[in-house]
Amino acid sequence: MKEAAYERVKLARDNHRPTGLDYIKNLFQGFMELHGDRCYGDDAAIVGGIANLCGNPVTVIAIEKGHTAKERSYRNFGAPHPEGYRKALRLMKQAEKFGRPIICFIDTSGAYCGVGAEERGQSQAIAENLMEMSTLCVPVVSILIGEGGSGGALALAVADRVWMLQNAVYSVISPEGCASILWKDAAKAEIAASSLKLTAEDARSLGVIERILSEKEMGKKEFYDRIRTLLVKEIKMLTKEFDLVGNRYERFRRIGASAVVKE
Amino acid sequence: MALIKFLKPKNQLEEGGRTSAPVQRDDGEPEKNCPNCHKDIPISRLWANDLVCPCGYHFRVKARQRIQMIADKDSFCEMYSGVKSENPLNFPGYKNKIKTVRKASGEEEAVICGIAAIGRKKCCLFVMEPYFMMGSMGSAVGEKITALFEYAVKQRLPVIGFAVSGGARMQEGLLSLMQMAKTSAAVKRHSDAGLLYISVLTDPTTGGVSASFAMEADIILAEPGATVGFAGARVIEQTTRKSLPKGFQKSEFVLEHGFVDSIVPRAGQKRYLAEMLKMHDGRAVL
Repeated sequence: MKEAAYERVKLARDNHRPTGLDYIKNLFQGFMELHGDRCYGDDAAIVGGIANLCGNPVTVIAIEKGHTAKERSYRNFGAPHPEGYRKALRLMKQAEKFGRPIICFIDTSGAYCGVGAEERGQSQAIAENLMEMSTLCVPVVSILIGEGGSGGALALAVADRVWMLQNAVYSVISPEGCASILWKDAAKAEIAASSLKLTAEDARSLGVIERILSEKEMGKKEFYDRIRTLLVKEIKMLTKEFDLVGNRYERFRRIGASAVVKE
Repeated sequence: MALIKFLKPKNQLEEGGRTSAPVQRDDGEPEKNCPNCHKDIPISRLWANDLVCPCGYHFRVKARQRIQMIADKDSFCEMYSGVKSENPLNFPGYKNKIKTVRKASGEEEAVICGIAAIGRKKCCLFVMEPYFMMGSMGSAVGEKITALFEYAVKQRLPVIGFAVSGGARMQEGLLSLMQMAKTSAAVKRHSDAGLLYISVLTDPTTGGVSASFAMEADIILAEPGATVGFAGARVIEQTTRKSLPKGFQKSEFVLEHGFVDSIVPRAGQKRYLAEMLKMHDGRAVL
């Protein structure tokens, strides 16, 4: 069982998995990419824009890791800088203005750890996304397609519905990081992985996600068709919700409430 | 020369270990070594000076002591003191760890919440506890802070918060991560209700706490020399394989880059907060 969780981590990191852009290309029509955060720059690790979902305009935001070595280095291995999160927020606000639902694809080992990222306020950028996303008055669906690394992933996942691919992982810290902090031994990552409860099944039983997406025929037409159908159905339902923002608040308000004792 | 280089700290953060235990000297008076000026300062003198070294170095302060420094005398009334984390994920070693920490710190959790008066202005106050797993945020911390903001909305009160944290508490896994979203949503409701929130960042404010409620205040203050950032300095050095600029992630650095409003030394904090609360008391009628 211990190996199982770490095997999932390896699967989630696999280079051959479809990345954000693969989902955008296959699920939507006529994607028009929009660049830049209007403050500092354009982060290639986050791709965003407008696309058509079965005839409905939606805003799509994806963390992109890239497939080839060249792509991966261009995308900074899917580790966004603050300007990436600010671009995402700009596009989400734009979506809210024009009444477009928002769909996010998440695949990151975490927000980038670097001097520039700190200088430009990585913490503040993530914090602002968490705060602002909580009151967006359009439906938001986030799908974890690979790695869901900590705050860097959560910054695009304050959503009405959060889904995970079967072999995606969602965690507060990487198993290696956890093992090296707690046991001063990165080799104990396997134990950490099983202790952190980071698999899709764990996340669902903790009430953190709503749905696990099967990876049957991953990357094929059937796979994308299935997800597209689910997305359309879900967004239709969310659009009809009377108190979308209130329900989103309650969705997160509940989490962890049962983990504490009140005396 | 090589040896000297070896002995030299890799970056400023590593200079001297902080929170060294007081050493008993021959003359009887216990002293504490200041990591900044490297002098031994008598403990009594430090206490009289709110745990600030004459050189200006701010030592860490226990949450209850900080409440005494900030709140008007006998005004603080604690809330949610019975809310505490269990071991929701059955994380190995967590149960024992938390037991030991509770005993050593005398606190049940890493944050203390309540109502207080500062300069006779009523407000909600939360203070994080550095001696409780370095103020890490688990389900209980998230729950207490969220509840405090919700209470503040109901009572239409400002919130003042002292942050100190290494980040999310990894022993509670995803549940800890979700507290970032939960507290942020509560801050947003408070903000949308037109109410004031001031946060004071103390050493250290990093990770999941800096990336959520600590950085979401209307007015963000920092103590001098506090480490404020997202990722740990050592992690950044390892990732980028570059040495870090001088003063990296110190509050002065963060101020220079535009992410805090002001650096306020401990001695002036109460007056500053009282003045700021007064400024926000009622709307302009000019």
